[in-house]
Amino acid sequence: MVLGNYKTCVAARSTDKEILKGAQDGGIVTQLFAYALEEGIIDGAIVAGPSDEPWKPEPMVATTRAELLAARGTKYNLSPNISLLKEATRSYGLDRIGIVGTPCQMQAVRKAQLYPIGMRDVPDKIALAIGIFCMENFPYQSIEAIVEDHCNQKLESVTKMDIGKGKFWAYTERGAVSQIPLKVTHKYEQPGCHVCLDYVSNLADVSTGSVGTPDGWSTVFVRTKNGENAWNKAITAGCFETQDIAGVKPGLDLVTKLATDKITKNQKTLEARASFGVGKGLRNPYL
Amino acid sequence: MVEKITVGHVHMSGCTGCLVSFADNYEGLFKILDNYADLVYALTLVDVRHVPEMDVALVEGSVCLQDKCSVEEIKETREKAKIVVALGGCAAYGNITRFCRGGQWNQPQMESYVPIGDLIDVDVYIPGCAPTPQQIRNVCLMAYLLLKGTDEQKELAGAYLKPLMALAKRGDEACGCDLMYDVINQGLCMGCGSCAAACPVRAVTIEGGKPQIERDLCIKCGACYAQCPRSFFNFDVMNEFEGISELIKEVMQ
Ligand SMILES: Cc1cc2nc3c(=O)[nH]c(=O)nc-3n(C[C@H](O)[C@H](O)[C@H](O)COP(=O)(O)OP(=O)(O)OC[C@H]3O[C@@H](n4cnc5c(N)ncnc54)[C@H](O)[C@@H]3O)c2cc1C
Ligand code: SF4
Ligand code: SF4
Ligand code: SF4
Repeated sequence: MVLGNYKTCVAARSTDKEILKGAQDGGIVTQLFAYALEEGIIDGAIVAGPSDEPWKPEPMVATTRAELLAARGTKYNLSPNISLLKEATRSYGLDRIGIVGTPCQMQAVRKAQLYPIGMRDVPDKIALAIGIFCMENFPYQSIEAIVEDHCNQKLESVTKMDIGKGKFWAYTERGAVSQIPLKVTHKYEQPGCHVCLDYVSNLADVSTGSVGTPDGWSTVFVRTKNGENAWNKAITAGCFETQDIAGVKPGLDLVTKLATDKITKNQKTLEARASFGVGKGLRNPYL
Repeated sequence: MVEKITVGHVHMSGCTGCLVSFADNYEGLFKILDNYADLVYALTLVDVRHVPEMDVALVEGSVCLQDKCSVEEIKETREKAKIVVALGGCAAYGNITRFCRGGQWNQPQMESYVPIGDLIDVDVYIPGCAPTPQQIRNVCLMAYLLLKGTDEQKELAGAYLKPLMALAKRGDEACGCDLMYDVINQGLCMGCGSCAAACPVRAVTIEGGKPQIERDLCIKCGACYAQCPRSFFNFDVMNEFEGISELIKEVMQ
């Protein structure tokens, strides 16, 4: 289950210039939600919106294209999007919910559907769950430390953050680019990520990430019937330009390698947890 | 028509919210009763005075130790039901009845309430206050498949019910504190927010990306912990979410 079940995998990017400007990669998430909203496939989407503090996301229910656009781009810190899952059906009255999230958040969505213990009337209302690839996430204070202490940039002057080619990148409004090796950032990672066994959002309807495709493009896995339905319609409507994934560099081999690395490393962590103390261990959540 | 299973709703000290939740499956409830389960015991719905033999007993409410009738009835339920399900927070964890101190009309001496697991062995827990109609439906269908299905269906139902059976073994105290003890303190929380969404009384909020528990608000229903993807997460079941969801939809059509 390294790459999960999927029906198709392509390289893609949005054909909408406005969306691409400010999107993290190929604008897949924002474009697909914007189209799904327009077509009534979803009534709204839970995204990581802006907050009062720079680069600190606040989960929000976006019901307009403008709100979706305001939530573009990757914030490398915790946005508890699932906290709004039930609320989206209540205060916002959504019957068809779109939701974006990391692989662990897609796991939360599926658990909410199969074991809806505190999720009354939610299971049938998940219309489009878009997963993003994820190697690890950070607490907000970690991002402050990484950007301000290690990259020597003010958080509020940063216009984009990115992880790629073994480095953490911070781009500023005045054109400066700071980069630090990922080995510096490792100690700041969220501990809960170290037991995570999914890189490419195996349980999403559609999942996407930057790895595998050239800059400005995204790798897209279409995984479920729901996902296929939305994706095929969006393609027919001209929302995306696509390329055969077999024809782009570095391609699926790199995705497979990174996914395998993550799973192998974290499986070791899980094993190490079992004998963490002396004759005592820590919990394994996968039972 | 294939053989149905027999299901009863046993009412202890609860607010009837669990039964209402069961009924909130609307036409789904009729579907269950038409095709899969005969309701053989239920307050106001079935004219039967004494707990009969049944496959599945859905027990709502905690047991009042001073009410002889309730104590007898829960014991009888255990003896007569193949599978005992603690339906909802009160039966599973005591829930709001943990806060009782007696002194109410017209039985002021009734003051001690315990989850049913304090007096009998329980097979399956459905936490939450109220438990959701969809979770009750899923357990009913899985119980049906477990008892009457093909070998393949039995296996699926067994895998599905396993974590809910493990919850019944885990203990009969619940609190938002479970998130602290078993998830956050264990270095497992990844800040998804499921716990906050699950809590019926908004005792869980998310501060700085992690759950913050207002313990004075917590009614001890157990929903937050059970909903958390880092409490239990069985890949065998979860990877099949699409097929299982379709199966449930199909049988409810
Ligand atoms: C913590 C994290 C780690 C990642 N690691 C990798 C990786 O290792 N490899 C890889 O290929 N891709 C990774 N990604 C995904 C990548 O950065 C992009 O999010 C993805 O390619 C989507 O880009 P887009 O242009 O299609 O989306 P956009 O159109 O820019 O939309 C992005 C969407 O993601 C939401 N979002 C932003 N931050 C968060 C967050 N923290 N939590 C939940 N939702 C959020 C936004 O609200 C928005 O709706 C990671 C993303 C995150 C959040
Ligand atoms: S590494 Fe796993 S647990 Fe951590 S944020 Fe990413 S998907 Fe979630
Ligand atoms: S915090 Fe909320 S969900 Fe958790 S046990 Fe208490 S009342 Fe239930
Ligand atoms: S549901 Fe679990 S993993 Fe998610 S935020 Fe709550 S405690 Fe953390």
